[in-house]
Amino acid sequence: MTEYVIKRILLFIPTLIIITMITFLVCRLAPGDPTEMKIGATQEAQKTDAKNQMTEQAKEFYKKKFGLDKPLPIQYFIWIGNMLQGDFGNSFKDNRPVLDKITERLPVSITISFLSFMLIYTIAIPIGIYSAARQYSLLDRSTTVLLFILYSLPNFWVATLAIVFLCNVEYLKIFPTAGIRSENFDTLGSFDKFKDLFMHLFLPVTVTSLAAFAFLSRQMRSSMLEVIRQDYIRTARAKGLSERKVIMKHALRNSLIPIITLIGGLLPAMVGGSIIVETIFSIPGIGQLAFQAILDRDYPLIMAELVIASLLTVVGILVVDILYSFVDPRIAFTKKTA
Amino acid sequence: MDQEKEFLEKEIIGKKTEVDTDTNGNLTKDQIESQQEVGVSYWSLVKHQFKKNKLAMISFYIVSILIVIAVTADFLASSKPLYAVYKGETYFPVIKDYMNDVGINKWDASLINVNWKELDNQNKLESVIWTPVPYGSREIDLSNALSPPAGDHYLGTDGIGRDLLAGLIHGSRVSLSVGFIAAGIALLIGIVLGSMAGFFGGKVDLIIMRFVEIMVTFPLFFLIITIVAIYGSSIWFIMAAIGLTTWTGDAKLIRGEVLKVRNMEYITAANSMGLPNKQIILRHVLPNAIAPVLVSGAFAIAGAILTEAGLSYLGFGVSATTVTWGSLLNEARSASNAWWLAIFPGVMIFIAVVTYNLIGEGLRDALDPRLRD
Repeated sequence: MTEYVIKRILLFIPTLIIITMITFLVCRLAPGDPTEMKIGATQEAQKTDAKNQMTEQAKEFYKKKFGLDKPLPIQYFIWIGNMLQGDFGNSFKDNRPVLDKITERLPVSITISFLSFMLIYTIAIPIGIYSAARQYSLLDRSTTVLLFILYSLPNFWVATLAIVFLCNVEYLKIFPTAGIRSENFDTLGSFDKFKDLFMHLFLPVTVTSLAAFAFLSRQMRSSMLEVIRQDYIRTARAKGLSERKVIMKHALRNSLIPIITLIGGLLPAMVGGSIIVETIFSIPGIGQLAFQAILDRDYPLIMAELVIASLLTVVGILVVDILYSFVDPRIAFTKKTA
Repeated sequence: MDQEKEFLEKEIIGKKTEVDTDTNGNLTKDQIESQQEVGVSYWSLVKHQFKKNKLAMISFYIVSILIVIAVTADFLASSKPLYAVYKGETYFPVIKDYMNDVGINKWDASLINVNWKELDNQNKLESVIWTPVPYGSREIDLSNALSPPAGDHYLGTDGIGRDLLAGLIHGSRVSLSVGFIAAGIALLIGIVLGSMAGFFGGKVDLIIMRFVEIMVTFPLFFLIITIVAIYGSSIWFIMAAIGLTTWTGDAKLIRGEVLKVRNMEYITAANSMGLPNKQIILRHVLPNAIAPVLVSGAFAIAGAILTEAGLSYLGFGVSATTVTWGSLLNEARSASNAWWLAIFPGVMIFIAVVTYNLIGEGLRDALDPRLRD
């Protein structure tokens, strides 16, 4: 086990090298000068030649400051070296350390992801089990259709519909439009605080969950159906066990295995998907930060977010693989190569 | 030696003549049926199975209609009439626009910027046939901004008075072409890398699969937005960005199929005949491993359409002047009482995504021999 984990962690190294290389190349081979964005804001006010010279000087200054005057491979190694020491560079926009900007926004995003994970796993799995256990029943057929529709609904459309029809005085004003808490949040009593947070988070969490919810439920159903066809289930039934026991004890445990792997797959989708949801609902999380960074061409921030998001996913996949072994002892670590 | 040959010939001929016949010398009913069964190819079986799936067939028809709409968009919604008689001359302005673009038949200088609607309103056109939706997708009319569905604007207008239905009709071009080409790029990369990994195995397999695993860890949508935002938002970049980042699933799938086929006797036979690897892969392995790729191709189109819509929703669309479903939907956020902008573009995206997903599911079921009766 330990040997396996160490092996996996060693395999991180080439993975990380390629991830950082792709990220670096995507951002650094971009047309145009990254310092232009930095200068651009002040350039408007400066129109005379003398001032132009100043912007040239300013450009040089920023190029030196951000190490953009060195050849690309050297820049790459400097960037990697700094990252290894926990320094992800400073934002082009406000010169603050990128890592600070990300960590201060992380709690919000994690809260939303965690809540939607809870929602997905506590509701989607029982639905999947139930419709598999009662295949072709009315409930099974209606949930199958419903889940298929949910799965194909674009989350930005659902979010737009929610904003237009549920957060809009013209139609219905049930939920607040933006942010995660009201302005007078600090003055509220503890119950009102909870209510305020609930109302703010309800739509973002629901929209974030939709597709993954439908996907997981469908997977659970098909995985369960696969297991129910097995001989040992027939044996369990032949022994005279109650249907409840057959399903909950014998079938469920084995059908959960593929579901666990999906956690790893859901991680990157959630980090990526949160860009849309957080932008639409104006939630100050890392998704919105990423979106803003892209608009500003804040390369250090974009690169840091790409690397951190990939890193989280790599770790997530490893955790899933380890979890896997607890659920299914048949999986031998030593035989797996990657 | 000759005796042996004779014996063999007899044996074979004898077997041939030993076919059971009924009293009249005709083949029995069973035999005819079995012969017909042999005549049915794999693909016609799949087709037959697919046709039995009602939802998939409906989706197939809807997709066909969408494609027809995308191809004929200019004839369905245009700011110019299909046919007009002006000052005694007959014109076909929509067709003439095409010829003008290609350079076959130039517009007269006096007519190139003529406003046909103005002429029609002033009753200067002796005879005119408009397109079903008499608006172009880029026709701005600020006096009619955000008007609800009524009159000529069947689905209303957007924030700068462009007709919504015309926008949806022309937007289908972007969506479908991005869907097809991005999915095509992803499939091509997936097939090449997946079949190489599966066929050669060993180190090639290890390297390719490692790369697949790495690509999977990237937050794809974020990566795509970054690429499109940095390198410019032309339709080609969007197609390339989606295609270059979403091929991993196809590669894994093809690899699995190739692994199944690789150890078949006919591949060993091809190998022992000394065929070059390239030919074995292209002529013998891939045709037998390709079927499941069709399924993932359909899902890939749905995914690419969704991604493109998401991109243009966030403002990283094809270009500021091109109308897309996503950019129209985005306008709903700033127009607080324009329900038509919130509903119709979303419905179009949803229909496109659902139908391709349903076709994918239908194909998957049709290809699954366990479900065949």
